Amino acid sequence: MKKLLIALLFAPLTVFASDEGVYLDKAPVNLSDYPSIQRGAKIFTNYCLSCHSAQYMRYNRMVDIGLTKDQIKKNLMFATDNVGSTMKIAMRPEDAAKWFGVPPPDLSVIARSRTPDWIYTYLRSFYLDDSRPTGWNNTVFANVGMPHVLWTLQGEQVLKKAGKDGSKPVFELVKQGKLTPDEYDATVGDLVNYLTWMSEPARMKRLETGVYVLLFLGIFFILTYFLKKEFWKDVH
Amino acid sequence: MSAMQKMMGWIDDRFPLTATWKAHLSEYYAPKNFNFWYFFGSLALLVLVNQIFTGIFLTMNYKPDTALAFGSVEYIMRDVDWGWLIRYMHSVGASMFFVVVYLHMFRGLIYGSYRKPRELVWIFGMMIYLALMAEAFMGYLLPWGQMSFWGAQVIISLFTAIPVIGDALSTWIRGDFVVSDATLNRFFAFHVIAIPLVLLGLVVAHIIALHEVGSNNPEGIEIKKVKDPVTHIPLDGIPFHPYYTVKDIVGVVVFLMVFSAIIFFAPEMGGWFLEPDNFIPANPMKTPPHIVPLWYFTPFYALLRAVPNKLFGVIGMGAAVLIMAFLPWLDRAKAKSIRYRGPIYKTFLTLFVISFIGLGYLGTKEPTPVHNIFARIFGIIYFAFFLLMPLYTSIEKTKPVPERIPE
Repeated sequence: MKKLLIALLFAPLTVFASDEGVYLDKAPVNLSDYPSIQRGAKIFTNYCLSCHSAQYMRYNRMVDIGLTKDQIKKNLMFATDNVGSTMKIAMRPEDAAKWFGVPPPDLSVIARSRTPDWIYTYLRSFYLDDSRPTGWNNTVFANVGMPHVLWTLQGEQVLKKAGKDGSKPVFELVKQGKLTPDEYDATVGDLVNYLTWMSEPARMKRLETGVYVLLFLGIFFILTYFLKKEFWKDVH
Repeated sequence: MSAMQKMMGWIDDRFPLTATWKAHLSEYYAPKNFNFWYFFGSLALLVLVNQIFTGIFLTMNYKPDTALAFGSVEYIMRDVDWGWLIRYMHSVGASMFFVVVYLHMFRGLIYGSYRKPRELVWIFGMMIYLALMAEAFMGYLLPWGQMSFWGAQVIISLFTAIPVIGDALSTWIRGDFVVSDATLNRFFAFHVIAIPLVLLGLVVAHIIALHEVGSNNPEGIEIKKVKDPVTHIPLDGIPFHPYYTVKDIVGVVVFLMVFSAIIFFAPEMGGWFLEPDNFIPANPMKTPPHIVPLWYFTPFYALLRAVPNKLFGVIGMGAAVLIMAFLPWLDRAKAKSIRYRGPIYKTFLTLFVISFIGLGYLGTKEPTPVHNIFARIFGIIYFAFFLLMPLYTSIEKTKPVPERIPE
């Protein structure tokens, strides 16, 4: 009976939303890896947080990933001195719309709307394209307004073969950046790890609390089960 | 007389406390053979309490303002102590409310719980279901994400299909020509006070009506027909308290395990309970590629899209919900429970369940021509289950129903 109940209540899990047919790599997300999230935070504040805001994220929340307030102030804060303030930017949306076509989206919860895999693949899929005003195009997000911000790290790649119907596109690196391809993948991985953490800073706490809640309910179940059995002895 | 007894006596002279306790719990005799399906009534009540309780705390921090709403939800998720837990309890609770209520309704269907003398129990239940849909629909606008906005835009614009007054009516509902701050504010008012009040009143009416006529059971046997000649207690009945209170607690704990597993380990439920698009703030200038309501509305959404004409689609969708209220008068079978019914009814019921789930699935997909053909077939079966019911339930022979609940 109980198995049936659980099976029924979990039934919605078995159906998953399908994707739109763009090939996506699996992002190496590991929220227990604080050094990786910290490296990601550094990339984020240096490369992303001038065009993109993260207006629901407070700088001092990063104490959760093992940083001190002093470390945050010294290494990660460029726009404000108040460690309790949120990650806002100076660029005005109306200017941004003029420069990029659309204002760059806020990144507070981007990992929840786009998924980590999408961002991980997207940031590694920029290629040279003369037909675009920025000189860059992207296989995951065609004709995107954003240029390849991390090009000094990755270098420049061209599209050899477009990925059709969900197959993986083929790129060729024509100019080496500061990082090797493996190092670049790891760096983007760190950044995505950070974005994933930032999209729900309470996640680790949630998972941890869940274990205790289920343990408690497990014990409580045994008690209530025998209580019911005791009362029902005389019902035939 | 002890002090406690004295106090109870004092109260009972002024308020029927003991009498109410007896009438609804300790001397409310329920059939002794309730099974798995009978957990979902008390679980629905539990989820209702959960929604009200978590809703109060959300209201303390939420801002019904188009400029602040999305941010205030993120504020709850990040800066309010245990805010993420309260929010997930509320958002997962909304979906679980429908899970529990659909299973509760299905129980009524298979055991004929809507049949005489329980017609009003069923009607009140249907009104609860309608109120619940309104509550969920308006609540979904509040986070002010893309799906909140566009879902509301699509559903409210359905009213424009009504001839003559349609346009004015939809403008009147929104309080504006598009979904806007005015809409958000009034939906907030309806979501946190108007509809919850109606819901609570209906739940009380549902339970009073049930306790007046007594509960049905998996056999569909009226236990009140055979009573002890001296005590006048139904021979197959047991006091709700303590027997079903202790039993329901076990159900509650199992439910809480499932509920907690989702809240703590999969609060988005793979996009089914919290959609990815709703983590993008509402943008009236940018329509998402597919606008899909949450899973509990998709069967009706699929029906709406299956009909080529907008007005008839809206009528079809409304009829699909309302026709359920007529079940007590559509069912003509001698036996209530599926246990005593024949293969024709069982076949129709199975096809109905497949159609309902099938429509629910199609409602989440894009309306391609193939999908539309399936939606139409499922829609015809859906209505055939109800409209042909007087016919197939009256011609089909049922097995004789015993006087007493079999051991």
